[in-house]
Amino acid sequence: MSELAKRHAPVPALTEWDYAPAPEAREIVQLEKRYGLFVGGKFVKPRSGEWFPSVSPSSEEKLAEVAQANEQDVNLAVKAARAAFTDGWSKLAPAERAKYLFRIARLLQERSRELAVLESLDGGKPIRESRDVDLPLAAAHFFYYAGWADKLEYAFPARKPKPVGVAGQIIPWNFPLLMLAWKIAPALAAGNTVVLKPAETTPLTALFFADICRQAELPPGVVNIVTGDGRAGAALVKHGDVDKIAFTGSTEVGKAIQRELAGTDTKLTLELGGKAANIIFDDAALDQAVEGIVNGIYFNQGHVCCAGSRLLVQESIYESTISKLKRRLETLRLGDPLDKNTDIGAINSKMQLEKITELVESGKDEGAEIFQPACRLPEKGYWFAPTVFTNVAQSYRIAQEEIFGPVLSVLTFRTPEEAVEKANNTAYGLSAGVWTEKGSRILWMADKLKAGVVWANTFNRFDPASPFGGYKESGFGREGGRHGLEPYLTFEDAK
Amino acid sequence: MAQAPALPRGFELPLEPRLPRIGSVDAVALEERAATLAKRSIKKDSKLQAYDLAVRMMDLTTLEGADTPGKVAALCSKAMRPDPVDRSVPPVAAVCVYPNLVATAKARLDGSGVKVASVATAFPSGQSPLSVKLADVREAVELGADEIDMVIDRGAFLSGRYAKVYDEIVKVKEACGPAHLKVILETGELGTYDNVRRASLLAMAAGGDFIKTSTGKVSPAATLPVTLCMLEAIRDVHEETGRVVGMKPAGGIRTAKQAISYLVVLHETLGLQWMTPDLFRFGASSLLNDVLMQIRKQKTGQYQSADYFTLD
Repeated sequence: MSELAKRHAPVPALTEWDYAPAPEAREIVQLEKRYGLFVGGKFVKPRSGEWFPSVSPSSEEKLAEVAQANEQDVNLAVKAARAAFTDGWSKLAPAERAKYLFRIARLLQERSRELAVLESLDGGKPIRESRDVDLPLAAAHFFYYAGWADKLEYAFPARKPKPVGVAGQIIPWNFPLLMLAWKIAPALAAGNTVVLKPAETTPLTALFFADICRQAELPPGVVNIVTGDGRAGAALVKHGDVDKIAFTGSTEVGKAIQRELAGTDTKLTLELGGKAANIIFDDAALDQAVEGIVNGIYFNQGHVCCAGSRLLVQESIYESTISKLKRRLETLRLGDPLDKNTDIGAINSKMQLEKITELVESGKDEGAEIFQPACRLPEKGYWFAPTVFTNVAQSYRIAQEEIFGPVLSVLTFRTPEEAVEKANNTAYGLSAGVWTEKGSRILWMADKLKAGVVWANTFNRFDPASPFGGYKESGFGREGGRHGLEPYLTFEDAK
Repeated sequence: MAQAPALPRGFELPLEPRLPRIGSVDAVALEERAATLAKRSIKKDSKLQAYDLAVRMMDLTTLEGADTPGKVAALCSKAMRPDPVDRSVPPVAAVCVYPNLVATAKARLDGSGVKVASVATAFPSGQSPLSVKLADVREAVELGADEIDMVIDRGAFLSGRYAKVYDEIVKVKEACGPAHLKVILETGELGTYDNVRRASLLAMAAGGDFIKTSTGKVSPAATLPVTLCMLEAIRDVHEETGRVVGMKPAGGIRTAKQAISYLVVLHETLGLQWMTPDLFRFGASSLLNDVLMQIRKQKTGQYQSADYFTLD
């Protein structure tokens, strides 16, 4: 080879560049062997005498034992909450209540690394998300509602707002600590006391939160945490001396709760399932829309009630959108939730994995075309590869039922009217996404879409100041913002 | 549809080679994606691999009025053997200088494999008649430049005279002969990512071998989102036409950590195929020493004083 040719010879590209493991240290989390129920400011043994393990879904490792609350335990917790309510919390100067909330918010920030690691251990979500989304937002909710505590009269002028009393709150396993914050922060700001039941598979961050309440010197009984499966939740709903139930979870359980409370004067808000449409118009910024699709459905392994699980693409850009999407999926990194480079973590539980698998099978049977990127699933734990279904008809189960996993169903549309019609053709109505360069079309779509939240050129974006909630079978009542205070208050004008 | 600009030749080609739709860019989402990628944590072997590649991809640059043959000679020596203590550190890709210093660099680098890049076309403003720009390019090539870094006429671009910009690039490419052409968009003056995308497509359609962010004379110079935006344009051209175009972020990249972020963005946008100095360069002057320092740290476990690294 001549010198000149050698000089111009191409330099071979890298053949591989595997990112070395970059795990977040887990030593920061010190777990006890067993956790009792947090009642009246103390951890107590359950009257039931029952305990159950909390398992890490990424390794199937048993992390700790947690108490199963029975009716008696729930009763004690409600009593403690009632006592704290009448003994002082409701009469405390609102500005003093605010101080506790500010303190909790700061403690959440101070302990955010510890809590983020624990959230990823117990729930399987990538540390990138628990660190950058769950924890900052949880603290933000406490900061936000701390600010409202002494301004309720201004939030609802001339309506003389008063706390409702004891709130029973049941939260899901997809954002354990964040959902706790969504529930507890407005309840306390409005002057209520609470009994909170975390999800069976993810109770640990709530129990650490109990410790934060102690650190903040919150009066005993203001926050009580009862762990356990559905039986504990049912006991709380049926208790009778609970003034308000707030539930986030499946539509099925939500309906059961509503039936149970029918005819009582217990207030109720429900935040249930969803089957959101993410609608891509042909003038959208396509590469960013693809990011939005990925964030919409693969964020938190698709365990998101407002996940953009139905992709509606305008037919003229169908090919290019799908090829870009498939290409992007190949770069998603699935694996150890504690690795800082992980994009997709573990499925939260064996049960959920089975449900996802069953629905995906039905999609294949019904004739949809499946795509999964080449990725190796770890042997231990519960995993599901990010999945895209194309050639999906509106009538398929995967286009109708909530999968609550990393599974996207792709449909097409021709006109904005058709997009609206398809998007609204569901029993749910929690959220929707619209991707277009046209401001006028965004407004037109937002007006027509029957969904509690409509995101424009973004997806899965949350802020404590913004109300969140559903239409139809996605529930009722709003959380977040000034609206989020209302369910925790009674008003003189209502009497 | 977003209002498409008046299409110059090249965009009008109806069949082969087709160009992707001009499309638009959403600034918020683009910046968010870049910020997410910047959070990737690259450690151990993958880090060392990245540093080694970053050195091989570097266009070691000096573009000052005060440049002298002595200064350029020193830079060339550094380019050929960046770390005299550690022979395993590879030479950089090229030395980038003004036309007047091309001959000096050429002589000094002879036989080393390190290329000579020269800025031309009335760098950095590009505000000269075309004949002057072309003469600038021809002379630089005659003096021995292997690569030409041209600037586009931003005045023409921003006033919507895309065809003028396009024609100029075509003529400069002709004047380059065998030399590789990098087209500097000067993204800091373009104002929007939409413009960056348009200019990228324009430069590729007109025959640029590389597209490059900045002259280094305007702030902001290279940023991660701008680079991502340009890489996405390169990806679209490749998917539509099969054409492979290189990318060069330049200006403002000073730390090894930043360089790794750029490589992550490259890796996750265009893939391994682009991870070669033939298709990606860093335009930088102070970056090299930081990378060298980090390589030493990675190999020995300890940081060494900056005094152990030569200032050239």
